[in-house]
Amino acid sequence: MTVKVYVPCDAAALSMGADAVAKAIAVKGGDDVKVIRNGSRGMLWLEPMVEVETKRGRVAYGPVFVSDIDGLIDAGMLSGADHELGHGLTEDMPYLANQERLTFARVGIIDPLSLSDYEANGGLEGLKRSLKMTASEIVDEVFESGLRGRGGAGFPAGIKWRTALAQPEGQKYLCANADEGDSGTFADRMLMEGDPFCLIEGMIIGSLGIGADTGYIYIRSEYPHAIKTMRKAIEIWEGAGLSGHNEDGSPRFKLHVRIGAGAYICGEESSMLESLEGKRGEVKVKPPIPAISGLFGKPTIVNNVLTLGTVPIIMAKGPRAYADYGQGRSKGTQPYQLAGDIARGGLVEKAFGVTLGQLVNDFGGGTRSGRPIKAIQTGGPLGGYVTPDAFDVAMSYEGMAEAGSMIGHGGLVVYNDTTKMMDMARYAMEFCEIESCGKCTPCRIGAVRGKETLDKIAAGEEVEKNLEVLEDLCDLMESASLCAMGGLTPLPVKTAIQHFPEEFMGRKEAAE
Amino acid sequence: MATLLNTIEDRTARDICTQHSDAPAELLEILHEVQEVKGFLSDGALRTIADALNISRAEIHGVVTFYHDFKKKKGAKQTLKICRAEACQAVGANELIEKAESHFKTTLGGESITTALEATYCLGNCALGPAVMVNNELYGRVDLDRLVEISNAHKGDS
Repeated sequence: MTVKVYVPCDAAALSMGADAVAKAIAVKGGDDVKVIRNGSRGMLWLEPMVEVETKRGRVAYGPVFVSDIDGLIDAGMLSGADHELGHGLTEDMPYLANQERLTFARVGIIDPLSLSDYEANGGLEGLKRSLKMTASEIVDEVFESGLRGRGGAGFPAGIKWRTALAQPEGQKYLCANADEGDSGTFADRMLMEGDPFCLIEGMIIGSLGIGADTGYIYIRSEYPHAIKTMRKAIEIWEGAGLSGHNEDGSPRFKLHVRIGAGAYICGEESSMLESLEGKRGEVKVKPPIPAISGLFGKPTIVNNVLTLGTVPIIMAKGPRAYADYGQGRSKGTQPYQLAGDIARGGLVEKAFGVTLGQLVNDFGGGTRSGRPIKAIQTGGPLGGYVTPDAFDVAMSYEGMAEAGSMIGHGGLVVYNDTTKMMDMARYAMEFCEIESCGKCTPCRIGAVRGKETLDKIAAGEEVEKNLEVLEDLCDLMESASLCAMGGLTPLPVKTAIQHFPEEFMGRKEAAE
Repeated sequence: MATLLNTIEDRTARDICTQHSDAPAELLEILHEVQEVKGFLSDGALRTIADALNISRAEIHGVVTFYHDFKKKKGAKQTLKICRAEACQAVGANELIEKAESHFKTTLGGESITTALEATYCLGNCALGPAVMVNNELYGRVDLDRLVEISNAHKGDS
């Protein structure tokens, strides 16, 4: 009997040698095994994580390197035997068992490019239900679910869609923002590589909701694997006729993949739309908002990959079922990404309300280096630093804002006690200098001046005076920048100073 | 350098523009594809693209210089992209960069005859840093030894 063996094709797994592992298993196993390339289960410290299908369920082994294969197979891996690299049944592993996976329900379980796998695991249910509904019914349900923009801003998706639907009929666009540039985030990538049809289904439902006939998925060039998988998935999807047909036989909703070119700012929606038009990715002044006048001047919805990827399950299970998760005005679940110096880094999808400490300690297992945690940056390069004092904070849009940071795209970067906060503050300004689109002065010039001022503070030059200058500059960037790039770069800088003032003031004494 | 009008035509660029119906909105795709084939964006290629899409060379210059991916000169034989974003910094990316600079005898952003070291800002491998990308292949938990191995393994790439 042939045994099914799963070896992920997720980029993170590939980065640890999953391709060679898959090959070695196929060679050693011969006719006895069928190697299936799945997405990643999100337990990235175990990658490459191999799973063997048994009567009891799928049994996990990891991290498995090529040199382990002979020993594993000889020890009976193909029948799910115990081994020092074994973790028992995948579903029972606490890291997975304690999650609430809705958006990521299928990721790691299915072959990402198998439509039959997709359908057998709940795929297409949302679309089938949506096809029986009117556009406004679809939009109302998304609104009722409480789904908010998972890209970082947290704007209610239903309100955005309602605005686009209210525009006169005619050319409208729906864009998926897959320019996932925040350090510490990889959920968009994992979803696109592990369950690409889910994003496509979400976009088709969105197109029915707002009346769009063309869609774009703007993927950053740093994600070659996601680009390849998405392109292939669209081909399979359209080949199966799942986008609907016009009278001439062309797909009713035409989906295109567009590739970024290494500009962080293109994750900002107006900049992304400029880039989609083939222009410099400069931020535009709002209003008009894209839902009224966006791509090529037409009504356009831009949603994050996770937002659109959550739409199918909302439409399948109903808005109430989704809104039952979460707390307050933060409904549903959020895929968190544990990164940096963390023992068990990976993807954790939990309802809003899980505490920072549960994520970092219970799931993450503290630092990988074994050193004490000094700070955690939440929300990407534009998010603030918090300390272990904030471990009791419940993760929600409102809760994190109260703690002085934000949820952003759900990334958590853990730093140990060797981290120099002065360097991190300087890096925040430097990153803004490198990635600023240059349109507005506070961001373009402010970042350079901020970096220079921090250099002066580091050198012990008139520390108090320069800290005042820095604070003034941060205030100005916050209130006068056009977009979040300049507006939020001060957040990591200010929170670094707020939590670790001695590291900034200390330089004064050192110089004297 | 003066360029004769009849020598500026770049066949590859022209063909790629034609495949994209000479649509100005597809400029980024066109630039990516030309660079993929040629390794960089020559003056001739950019002039040809401007002509085909009926946009000014100034506009193209603006786009090419805005995006970090686009190169106007031929680079080193091999480019090692090292992530220096926060999550990789938290696990020693800066130390890796220092060691790489001294091993490959160049600086981040610079190049030796054989190798260029390029900073990149997040490769989406933030739980397995430091991360490195070479010829679109991603690597995790990279230290100097592994970086040298990776570099050698890619020596045969065309």
